[in-house]
Amino acid sequence: MFNLYGLYILFAREVWRFLKVSIQTILTPVITVLLYLLIFSSIISGSREMLPGVNYLTFLIPGLMVMAMLQNAFANSSSSLFQARMNGNVVFILLSPISDFEFYLAFVGASVVRGVLVGFGVWLAACFFALVPIRHPFYALILAFFCCGSLGALGLVSAIIADKWDHISAFQNFVIVPFSFLSGVFFSISDLPLFWQKASFYNPFFYFVDGFRYTCLGVSEVSVLTSLSVGAGFFVLSSFWALWLLHRGYNLRS
Amino acid sequence: MDAVSIKNLGKKYGSLKALSEVSMTIAEGAFFALLGPNGAGKSTLINILAGLTRATSGAAAVLGYDVRRQWRKSRYKLGVVPQELAYDPFFTVREMLTLQSGYFGLGAENRPWLDQLIAALGLEDKVDSTMNHLSGGMKRRVLIAQALVHRPPVVILDEPTAGVDVALRLKLWEFIRGLNRKGHTIILTTHYLEEAESMCEKIAILDRGRVVALAPKDELLRRYTWRQLRLQLTPESAVVLPSALEQKKEAAPQGELLLRLHREQDPIGEVLAALDQSGIKFSDLRIHEPGLTEVYTELTEAGNHV
Repeated sequence: MFNLYGLYILFAREVWRFLKVSIQTILTPVITVLLYLLIFSSIISGSREMLPGVNYLTFLIPGLMVMAMLQNAFANSSSSLFQARMNGNVVFILLSPISDFEFYLAFVGASVVRGVLVGFGVWLAACFFALVPIRHPFYALILAFFCCGSLGALGLVSAIIADKWDHISAFQNFVIVPFSFLSGVFFSISDLPLFWQKASFYNPFFYFVDGFRYTCLGVSEVSVLTSLSVGAGFFVLSSFWALWLLHRGYNLRS
Repeated sequence: MDAVSIKNLGKKYGSLKALSEVSMTIAEGAFFALLGPNGAGKSTLINILAGLTRATSGAAAVLGYDVRRQWRKSRYKLGVVPQELAYDPFFTVREMLTLQSGYFGLGAENRPWLDQLIAALGLEDKVDSTMNHLSGGMKRRVLIAQALVHRPPVVILDEPTAGVDVALRLKLWEFIRGLNRKGHTIILTTHYLEEAESMCEKIAILDRGRVVALAPKDELLRRYTWRQLRLQLTPESAVVLPSALEQKKEAAPQGELLLRLHREQDPIGEVLAALDQSGIKFSDLRIHEPGLTEVYTELTEAGNHV
């Protein structure tokens, strides 16, 4: 038995929630990226080649799309679930006939929707600066799914583990933000000292950024298949973590 | 089929035993009260039935469906009104009810029932407000509506009248009685013992995680065998009691006399005759029959004297 309609309604609730506060959840991240682009386009000469045939601004945009997707997918599930836990209204979901897996699907699904919407918003806004093609839309969608899905699952994990808002923001500011800044959004990792170059290969966000850059521009530092595999692996791992916590009822069902 | 059956249920939080060896059955259609002091385990028991807490040992079932193994079915059968006024800050009352009904797999076809609930609980004016704009009493009504969106045959109300004014309290009880008349099994917890006494047929009293009483109300009330006779003495009355009555004297505030009498062994007629013989004259007389409060106090404090 599968409560398909219940899953759909919980998913719809999650999407509806962030749409009700869309200035904060969609517009703000897009504006933030616009500001990055304004600053970088005015201080860095656009003629520098980052990858063969790719100037800096064009190099930057796919990375910024991924960074916005990562951060917003994480923010969606973590803030929604944690707020419901703190308010106590999470019990209304927990006492309804919705399974752990359905719960996971609804929250992660909504994270993917928000991440993709924000990513698309960034792409639209970036058109004012440079028209970035999307050469491999199918790969782009799959990567966006793995990227937002993983971060949506990690958002659930942190919302379950956290005891106060401070913990959520610590996870966001000390894990998500540094890993996304160091993932090669703003630079090519081949420009890094050897140690950091090697370290970057252990940063899963690097594969999302590099893979996504390939799906847009057709050039990348590692093969897109590697990026897709690492992305899939990271998605599976974070999903298992979230599902395991849900299954145990950790901090949700005492 | 029992509405609720609980067998040897135990719950430990670390070394703290919130529930130990709790067993009870609640018949379908019953109006059942679950009483006990704060921390007695009432909410733990309710949360186990609702699937919000997992028992350490034992089993519980709602209408025959085990709350762990057949959790989905048992949750369809159960509606819970939680004690805390928790609510979703993002949505209006109608949106909340529609979402909650959706979690139970019910879509547009359930709308007439939601409208009926809204009307029955007097929420028509508030359906488009978010909960933070509602008073405490209104929030309570919304929570009740929310627990009933899927027409659960078994309804648990955890202190439904806490912090609710008298007029609304009467209305809520009328509504809950109406549910019971329509066949819903009602299980409630309350600290207002008069309410439990006037409405419930069967009562369980929990104390420190154990069931200390589980009986029909009348039987429970009979267990307390004392009643109190209060006499308003006239000025010319004698003050010395016959020795047989002297031991039964509870207090003698100014111009009054209070006797504690055994319900069977001290017939009122004999006591009055004995008083008359010793020259005790009174102008007024009141008998206080014990209620649930006395029974409750005796049972839940019994161990505290040790």
